[in-house]
Amino acid sequence: MNYLMRRLATFPLVLLGVSIVVFLAIRMVPGDSITAMLGTEAGLLTPQQRDALAAYFGIDQPWFIQYWRWLLGLFQGNLGISSTYGRPVLDVILEHFPLTLELALLSMVIALLVGMPAGIFAATHNEKLSDLGVRVVAMIGQSTPNFVLALLIIYTLSAGFGVLPAMGEFSPLWQDPLRNLGQLLLPAITLGFAFAASVTRISRSAMLDVLSDDYVRTARSKGVSARGVIWRHALPNALIPVVTLSGIEFGYLLGGAVIVEQIYALPGLGRMVLDAILQRDYALVQGSVLFIAFNFMIVNLLVDLAYVALDPRIRLSEH
Amino acid sequence: MATLRAIFAHPSGRIGGAIVALYLLLAVLGMLGLTPHNPLTQHRVERLHAPDSTYWMGTDLFGRDVASRLMTGIGQSFIVAFFSVAVATLAGTVLGLAAAWFGRRWDGLVMRIMDVVLAFPAILLALLIVAVAGPGTSTSVIAIAIVYTPIFTRVVRGPALSLKAREFVDAARTFGSSAGYIVTRHLLLNLVAPLTVQVTLALAWALLTEAGLSFLGLGTQPPAASLGLMLSDSRNLMETAPWLMIFPGVAIMIGILGFNLLGDALRDVLDPKMRRSIA
Amino acid sequence: MISLLSVSGLRVGFGRNPQANEVVRGVSFDLADGETLAIVGESGSGKSVTALSINRLVDYGGGRITGGSIKLRRADGSTFDLTAAAEPQLTKIRGGEIGMIFQEPMTSLNPVLTIGWQIEESFRLHRGLTGRRATAAAKDALDRVRIPDAARRLKYTPNQLSGGMLQRVMIAMAIACNPRLLIADEPTTALDVTVQAQIMALLAELKQETGMSMIFITHDIGLVAGIADKVMVMQGGEAVEQGALNQILDDPQHPYTRHLLHAVPHFAGGGATRRDAQREKQKAAEPALKVDGLVVRFPVKGGFLSRTSGAVHAVDGVDFELMPGETLAVVGESGSGKSTTARAILGLVRSTRGTISASARKAAAGQSALPVQMVFQNPYGSLNPRLTVENLLAEPVIATGGRITAETRAKMAALLKRVGLPENSLQRYPHEFSGGQRQRLCIARALMLNPSVIVLDEAVSALDVSVQARVLKLLIELQREFGLAYLFISHDMAVVERIAHRIAVIYAGQIVEIGDARSVLSEPKHSYTKQLIAAVPTIDRRHERFELDTRQVPSLVRPLGFEPGPANWQQFGPDHRARVEV
Repeated sequence: MNYLMRRLATFPLVLLGVSIVVFLAIRMVPGDSITAMLGTEAGLLTPQQRDALAAYFGIDQPWFIQYWRWLLGLFQGNLGISSTYGRPVLDVILEHFPLTLELALLSMVIALLVGMPAGIFAATHNEKLSDLGVRVVAMIGQSTPNFVLALLIIYTLSAGFGVLPAMGEFSPLWQDPLRNLGQLLLPAITLGFAFAASVTRISRSAMLDVLSDDYVRTARSKGVSARGVIWRHALPNALIPVVTLSGIEFGYLLGGAVIVEQIYALPGLGRMVLDAILQRDYALVQGSVLFIAFNFMIVNLLVDLAYVALDPRIRLSEH
Repeated sequence: MATLRAIFAHPSGRIGGAIVALYLLLAVLGMLGLTPHNPLTQHRVERLHAPDSTYWMGTDLFGRDVASRLMTGIGQSFIVAFFSVAVATLAGTVLGLAAAWFGRRWDGLVMRIMDVVLAFPAILLALLIVAVAGPGTSTSVIAIAIVYTPIFTRVVRGPALSLKAREFVDAARTFGSSAGYIVTRHLLLNLVAPLTVQVTLALAWALLTEAGLSFLGLGTQPPAASLGLMLSDSRNLMETAPWLMIFPGVAIMIGILGFNLLGDALRDVLDPKMRRSIA
Repeated sequence: MISLLSVSGLRVGFGRNPQANEVVRGVSFDLADGETLAIVGESGSGKSVTALSINRLVDYGGGRITGGSIKLRRADGSTFDLTAAAEPQLTKIRGGEIGMIFQEPMTSLNPVLTIGWQIEESFRLHRGLTGRRATAAAKDALDRVRIPDAARRLKYTPNQLSGGMLQRVMIAMAIACNPRLLIADEPTTALDVTVQAQIMALLAELKQETGMSMIFITHDIGLVAGIADKVMVMQGGEAVEQGALNQILDDPQHPYTRHLLHAVPHFAGGGATRRDAQREKQKAAEPALKVDGLVVRFPVKGGFLSRTSGAVHAVDGVDFELMPGETLAVVGESGSGKSTTARAILGLVRSTRGTISASARKAAAGQSALPVQMVFQNPYGSLNPRLTVENLLAEPVIATGGRITAETRAKMAALLKRVGLPENSLQRYPHEFSGGQRQRLCIARALMLNPSVIVLDEAVSALDVSVQARVLKLLIELQREFGLAYLFISHDMAVVERIAHRIAVIYAGQIVEIGDARSVLSEPKHSYTKQLIAAVPTIDRRHERFELDTRQVPSLVRPLGFEPGPANWQQFGPDHRARVEV
């Protein structure tokens, strides 16, 4: 359990680093926060009023004291108040998060359902025409930015079939599941396409690597059939890089698909962060960036746990 | 020379190399202003002109020539991509080598800092940096460089650590070779191949990110031309002027494809492990 | 009725054009029931490809059978040509009628599956056993290969077992369903010599118990005497000679067989040691290298906060003296501490205690010198692939503050010539040389600094046997010419016998016996030395039974603060002493 211990021990350390970076980054924004909060009205304040406000918000203190207070607030679930929404930052985040989570899950399901079989198929038909076909599609998929794909999909639908993707008011999964899925299907396909391409490529190369390993030869020498070699001997070993890649991609998606959410007019986390940046809602930017980084780290930790479960060698190794 | 020949013999190397060369040419021409029309001049009467022999890719809402804007846009994207990847490569190589060579606490410190940077999803980190420093070309460069530095650090540190344990480094230590000699001759020289591959793939990713940032209005600022910006502007005119979307969209795609193909070919040619699995 | 297996005119090629790329060119042999055929050859001889063609695994390595036939008499008496077999038929034959074991037990078992599951799979495939019955069968299979505590070991994954144990598991798996033919492809090459002896003994016993036939592939002709009935010698894809064991060993006809038997070091029990002993001549001389009370320990960390809980006692009190012009061989198995000793002498690992002093020779004016140099085991790993030979040879000079002058270049050229490399080598890269040439390059590099001592860490172990013999000869010549002292680290008794003046046997970090090579090899006193020597395969021991010894290597991890007791030595001759065993 050496590896896991070490992994768990660095988690809070990195999290602390992340919180410092987020905190300092926001402090580095040009202009003072009172102006940011009040906008043009800040110009009407007398210097005394300014100082009073600064003292009230605690921003007259040195940065590490401000940081300490912010950190204490974090432990109580207090991420501050969003200036655009006028509500607690955490509430605003949690309101936008389910859509992002659903979209990320849907994309990953699409990517794994398409990518893994495609990758395994290509690896077992190595250097044949069908392998080449899969590789070309995967290469194009990996090279297509999702915003280009989104626009192409919308254009094809509207120009070719005269239909537009269901935009309008977003309905959460628990209110109208069917309408919800209808709204998320195209975005999920858009995000899933490049994701599937990456999964295809990595499962193909992992599978090819594993198929040339000594133990695969041993399995064949025992009389294991081609199918048995692939599913029972090669796949469990080839899964390890696929899990890593999927975990990282999924972690990215949990941070919100900024551009795709914008194009499809979805009120997800990504668009929320973008708006917060454009609106200079720094409490919301700070809180959501921390939230997203935290999620990302949790996903990575889960990936490492999966690693340990998949590969007995890691349990005892040093790195 | 042998490497170049091998890349040329590799099917995806040939295609990728040709695409990259073509884009480089377009970028240089675009930057030198050798475009069919002036990319900024507005031809009011010729607004939303469909592609024809004068305007090969049509004109936009302000009557500007799309082909010319595309060329300068590619130039713009390439500048951002090359500068940001250069910075990331340099920083990542130095940090990765330092972490691997000094080991212990240095290694721990450098890698924990990189973990912190990696804990932010790439686009989010770029957004955060843009939020801090304000939108613009140089911010894009900084943002992409910071996002990619930890990746280069990892790409360098891992192989550097295993090179450090190789017998030729042991041999060098027995002669009493200096640290500088070992790091440059025995580590860095053997890292050129994996770095080349990573640089090529990073360029593809940098092009993508630059286009994404510009698409969101956080990268290159109008009226300067950029592929992401052009795409973003095309959204409301999709049905009346589809060429405004198709050309920049396909241009981004093929550009990224070119670097990805070249990167794949380089990996096959330069990485003996992969080569063995093909043979 | 034909014999069990009849191979005739077998040709195998690789690549897109297999006819043009043949590595096996017309090999024929017969194998009767219960018979063992040894196929002997060096790397590239086509011996492994021949073996892999029999169960058609060669297909998966990109090979194609381009001619000939492989006829197998099946269990039901019918004859079947394997070269024409389709995959479904082959999966029945593989494991069911033909079992196979491989060279690298560490990588030949699936790392993520338990060994129990992997053995059970054979029973599932060929016997239709499932559940508890398969588990019971797997346990029996492990018992059969003498793995102690089999029921518990079934739940282990391969990383929890040693190489020797894993090879037993491989054998258990290969013979699980009582195949009538077992193909063993260099099954002991990756193992220590005492473990090799155990595996050989096991194979011989199992062969008797089951009456199966065997094809035994090896590069070591010394190994065949103990197990083979027939021998086939291969070179360059062809069988240059085959016949009964005694006929091949006693009356070889083909020059290559004679070369393998005579030009290559074979262990002679102390009968082939060097006669140019240096000790007596220079009683008063100062030793070239003196190691006194060397201790190397590595901390073992464990627990939640990575506290140091103990130490690996890799080297635990080693002392010896090495005189100019003398070779001291340090002999031991993996994990014995012999390489750590070498690395500590060169400063590559920090010694915990002890002194190491080397006397430098006087270098000519303007030439830099270091008293101790080293040649490593792996000729592919010890030369930076991105540097030219010139840069490689220049490095030690630059490192010691020297400059590359016309004189240095002349020295490079002279040394290259002396070690037998072509004159135009300076501008070439390491990959343009063969393994033996690279090792010569490493020797030349070591000589650039006029050392008085060269530490040779398994320096010829990775080379093919005939290359090995030539490099050994070069080393002896250079020793005489330059008056070099060698510290020769090796696991290979036959090689040690040819080059050593004195031998130190090292076990668990301590020297257990040291002395004149001839007397240590011919009259070993310590039980470990005796065991090592008994395990060496030689061509004179025909079908001699090996003792099966399942003792495990002791753990070198000791609690914090542990110190070994003082050594008690018993003297057996003017220059031969051994530790008193408790």
